[in-house]
Amino acid sequence: MSMATEAVRSSAQHEWFADEVQALLPKLYGAAVKLCRDRTNAEDLVAEALTRAWAKLPTLADRGTFQGWLFRILTNVYISQYRAARVRPEEESLGVDAEDFSIFERIHQPILLWWGNPEQEFFDALLRTDLQAALDSLPEPYRSAVVLVDVYELSYRDAGAALDVPVGTVRSRLSRGRALMQKHLWQYAGPGRGPVQGKGERE
Amino acid sequence: MRPTSITSCEEAIRVLAEHLDHELGGRLEAELNAHLETCRSCCSRAEFERELKARIRDLGAEPVDHGVADRVHALLRSFADSPTP
Repeated sequence: MSMATEAVRSSAQHEWFADEVQALLPKLYGAAVKLCRDRTNAEDLVAEALTRAWAKLPTLADRGTFQGWLFRILTNVYISQYRAARVRPEEESLGVDAEDFSIFERIHQPILLWWGNPEQEFFDALLRTDLQAALDSLPEPYRSAVVLVDVYELSYRDAGAALDVPVGTVRSRLSRGRALMQKHLWQYAGPGRGPVQGKGERE
Repeated sequence: MRPTSITSCEEAIRVLAEHLDHELGGRLEAELNAHLETCRSCCSRAEFERELKARIRDLGAEPVDHGVADRVHALLRSFADSPTP
């Protein structure tokens, strides 16, 4: 291939990469913020992930898988640079007592109520900030699993590959993480949070 | 642990998350769907968990402020000058 042809290909490749990244940036940055819980670290994480992605672009066999591929790189960088710096918590020693916690079981009425629907009332009062706080409250390694599967809809297999753990571990982390999130929501956003406040007062 | 078949509400609830994640499949998926068609309580639970999952998914995107956008633009421009990957 001539140098001129290579230059054209390189330019087209760069343009494609830049366009894809621009389109994905809100989701990519969102994932970084959720993983790091810190905007400055999230910014550095995105920059490092993009640098690695550009360098590894020739290994991307199918451009249709770019989003999953890029999120996998982001997660790998997060794990290697940020999480490795901390003491990795022993999952068994976290003392999670929320394995089976379910908001539904606490509010569901087996008999249809003519005066209301408790589940719908729960969702009507639930704010984005409540969900964000519940997600942020999750300790690692549960938060990564919930972010990848629930927020970014990765399959268990892809989440396991990104986190370098077996599918069964993804499944158990999700189960605990979701139960912990529901427990947090129940305490801070559910009917059990105390005196009911208007939406405007809580925002 | 996964049950081997769905014959009760308890077993249905144990595989509900995998069903909502599109990870169940096979005979258990068919048995769970059959159970959800006949059990009002489990059907309501499935709707509740599906709605909560959707709300969490909607947290995905984060507003990108100018500082982040400028840094990413500068980074992408610098790639144009780097050797062909």
